[in-house]
Amino acid sequence: MADDASFDKFKACAIDVLQVPADKVVPEARFGDDLDADSLDLVELVMALEEAFDVTVDESELEGIETVGQAYELISAKL
Amino acid sequence: MGEQRGALGGAVNGSSLPTSAPTSPGRVVLVTGGSRGIGLGCARRFQALGDKVAVTYCTAPPTELAGPERDSVDLLPVRCDVRDPEQVDAAFAAVEEAFGPVEVLVANAGVTKDTLLLRMSEEAWAEVLDTDLTGVYRVVRRGLGPMVRAHRGRIVLMSSVVAFFGSPGQVNYGAAKAGLVGLARSLAREVGSRGITVNVVAPGVVDTDMIASLGEQRVEQLLALVPLGRRASPADVAGAVAFLASDDAAYITGAVLPVDGGLAMGM
Repeated sequence: MADDASFDKFKACAIDVLQVPADKVVPEARFGDDLDADSLDLVELVMALEEAFDVTVDESELEGIETVGQAYELISAKL
Repeated sequence: MGEQRGALGGAVNGSSLPTSAPTSPGRVVLVTGGSRGIGLGCARRFQALGDKVAVTYCTAPPTELAGPERDSVDLLPVRCDVRDPEQVDAAFAAVEEAFGPVEVLVANAGVTKDTLLLRMSEEAWAEVLDTDLTGVYRVVRRGLGPMVRAHRGRIVLMSSVVAFFGSPGQVNYGAAKAGLVGLARSLAREVGSRGITVNVVAPGVVDTDMIASLGEQRVEQLLALVPLGRRASPADVAGAVAFLASDDAAYITGAVLPVDGGLAMGM
């Protein structure tokens, strides 16, 4: 989480797509249990992140991604 | 421009979901294959309801764009071969630019290439599947994102009585049209939580160029088996499509609605 601006952008996407309050989007938050996101929510989030960060995420990379922190690492590794 | 994206976004979560139709009139409707036949009949119906209607065409655009009502918005013709994903994307982009995101999608474009299976080439098979089944996948895939984000939308797929009743010489067409039922039902399960409905209409003998190509003798044979004893007009089919896109059909998804005069009842 070195780059605060990137995380803020990531967070804004999550708030917009998942319709959750800002204080719930923390690195340890789990998409399913804590953010009440279903599989379609996650697809939507990935598409929003791809657009916002101008990156491409392959389906296979999403396996095992369960928390906000893991997802942010996946995206930030591509920047 | 009638864009109400996310109007229900906050409210839709969990299990108590309103299956919300876009509010008629003034919805943005896209009908593929809308330059003639059933597609044009559907476009005219939505136009008469006061919706903003775009039609895709592959060969020639509709000749008359003005609607039946004095205050209706002209049809927006967009060239699109559904076999080409780039043309599908460009067609949606053109509609979004003119009217806003598509709220009601009628995937109607289809072709036939009839011959008995023993004589059916790989090409004849592939061409019909590519347009009638994969083309629907392409169109629905492109149109779905904005509906998911808006938490509402209506998708109607144009199948055929041939999917259930069979028709000699139409192994390719029958397979594609039956495939649409499976597509619709899985998709209905994927997007039901977003208030989006996905339904199928299965017309029978309709007064169109496609039916005329079967030949008068075959048409008469079929009509002898139709309890209502006549062929359908495109408007008969349009009525069913308009219903599935209306508020009255809010709780209907994954359904197949035959409009065949009873030809394949029970199948």
